[in-house]
Amino acid sequence: MNLHEYQSKHLFQKYHIPVPRGVTVSTSADAAAACRTLGGTRWVVKAQIHAGGRGKAGGVVLVDSPEEAAAAAQRLLGTRLVTRQSGPAGLPIGTLLIEEPTAIARELYLSALVDRASAAVLFMASQAGGMDIEAVAAQTPEQILSIRIHPATGLQPFQVRRLGFGLGLNSQQIKALSGLMGGLYRLFMDCDASLVEINPLVITASGDLIALDAKINLDDNALARQPDLEAWRDPSQEDAREAQAKAHELSYISLDGNIGCMVNGAGLAMATMDLVQLHGGAPANFLDVGGGATAARVAEAFKLILSDPRVRAVLVNIFGGIVRCDLIAEGIIQAVREVGVGVPVVVRLEGTNAPAGLALLAQSGLAVITAANLSEAADKVVAAAALAG
Amino acid sequence: MSVLIDKETRVICQGFTGQQGTFHSAQAIAYGTRLVGGVTPGKGGQRHLDRPVFDTVHDAVSATGADATMIYVPAAYAADAILEAADAGIRVIVCITEGIPVLDMLRVKAALAGHPAILIGPNCPGVITPGECKIGIMPGHIHTPGRVGIISRSGTLTYEAVFQVTNAGLGQSTCIGIGGDPIQGLDFVACLALFEADPGTEGVILVGEIGGGAEEAAAEYIQAHMTKPVVAYIAGVTAPAGKRMGHAGAIVTGGKGTAEDKFAALEAAGVTTVRSPAQMGARMAQLLGSA
Repeated sequence: MNLHEYQSKHLFQKYHIPVPRGVTVSTSADAAAACRTLGGTRWVVKAQIHAGGRGKAGGVVLVDSPEEAAAAAQRLLGTRLVTRQSGPAGLPIGTLLIEEPTAIARELYLSALVDRASAAVLFMASQAGGMDIEAVAAQTPEQILSIRIHPATGLQPFQVRRLGFGLGLNSQQIKALSGLMGGLYRLFMDCDASLVEINPLVITASGDLIALDAKINLDDNALARQPDLEAWRDPSQEDAREAQAKAHELSYISLDGNIGCMVNGAGLAMATMDLVQLHGGAPANFLDVGGGATAARVAEAFKLILSDPRVRAVLVNIFGGIVRCDLIAEGIIQAVREVGVGVPVVVRLEGTNAPAGLALLAQSGLAVITAANLSEAADKVVAAAALAG
Repeated sequence: MSVLIDKETRVICQGFTGQQGTFHSAQAIAYGTRLVGGVTPGKGGQRHLDRPVFDTVHDAVSATGADATMIYVPAAYAADAILEAADAGIRVIVCITEGIPVLDMLRVKAALAGHPAILIGPNCPGVITPGECKIGIMPGHIHTPGRVGIISRSGTLTYEAVFQVTNAGLGQSTCIGIGGDPIQGLDFVACLALFEADPGTEGVILVGEIGGGAEEAAAEYIQAHMTKPVVAYIAGVTAPAGKRMGHAGAIVTGGKGTAEDKFAALEAAGVTTVRSPAQMGARMAQLLGSA
């Protein structure tokens, strides 16, 4: 689960990580009022969406009066912001963060993340702040410093010194960095984060460190023990079909093709999408009905797949292990009858009770196309989608 | 021959009396696994599935001589269950549980560094040596004793590989599901080393997926150390970047961990790859000269 910038900065403050003073608003009148509350003569209006690249996309606006702030808010609120990370449809702007401006001397990059290879929390820092860090990593990897935190010792002073001197900070700034990184590490562990990113981490004209932006991703597996943070979930930033799937314990991800896929198991689901493409088709989705697939869940899965208007054919690929193929077949029959499936359905059933499942489908009188193996299933569904095209 | 587990392995189940533990323990017993008991705190002294129940793993080990465990406890308690098994001296710890917080696994992994216990999983189908010992949720009947080792990050895709190998008339020595989480116990390289050393294994099928660098590490290892043929397949060529594809660990981040990169690394290392998941068994049969 992702947090908004304003939510992340709220956590930063709790852990004594310096951030610009700011106010969160959701109306243009409140935007003007926020400027007056903050005082000063200039403000930054920042659109709150779950994607980076907001500045270049026009989602961050510098204003010189409360009226200008209100006008910017009017323009942004209720629209969708398209950035290089948001996808072509963009993400809706429901909230703005109004902040005081920061006098920037230098921009640095600092993040903490779970590193799979070393099975540890890794801090990454760079003097190339404010830029796309993935591009920095690809083009000039020597500009990225990283330190691994041992779970038993936590962050050590020498590690802060290494990063601090590496970033070209003076002694006083390294002291500030020490407090900031200590807070960041505690936040990371306390909140079950998987990524905390400050880009840019600014050295101000007066030499202080301040987090100008903030991004936090939380570990979905840990949300059950982070109820306060889960309450911050913003469904408007999430794919509606993916959220609906989650409610039915299905794992679903939209893709751009026209062949709907329903599979048991995440690995087999990915492999099925790849196979469709290998045979000349384009998968419309990833969908894992899970190990405990029931007839009802299969029906829900069908509804979900068919709610995508681009779908021209559906491929059901089930390897019955604990799941029995005859039960899956019943689910398919039930779904086709209830939901009224108007596109060709190709079914490949293998494993436990597969013959019984195939017999049920044959007896149902429904226009379900069966396939004897994976390759045949892919060929048949690609042909069916092309015909229905 | 086999790796990790065989007909002598004495297995207990943690989360024995729960729904999952009960179902899969019964399946394991029916398969012929030497399931010698189980653990459910607070139910020590009872009997379940005609086996003794213990309050602690330490009690179970001293009473039964168990050297392997399968863990079906809920995600919130799974890290504790793994550490308890290791502390009690269990040699092979198979954790089936899905959804363990990653920071829990990070601490477990650090605690097990240098410890003799072998952790498999979490979020995995388990390990099976066909005809001898089944520890996990895989359907036993699709397996046949034989000479191909299988290592996989996915459950049903492992079954697919097993099924194809069985159809090709080869059978499996041992199948290891290493799990779909970003931080896990035994990795591809460790499993490859086990199969390379096992006289009963003649070839290995490696089933990878997007995310992380485990397949790249496997490619390096195969090139440097493996004398036996390896067939590799990677799932997720069509997976969009930045999306978690069902498994917690199946995600392309920052352009790293793509299926194409993994195929390329394996091919550069001279590993035989198949682009279609339907070809895993047939390709292995070709390499072993029995097609």
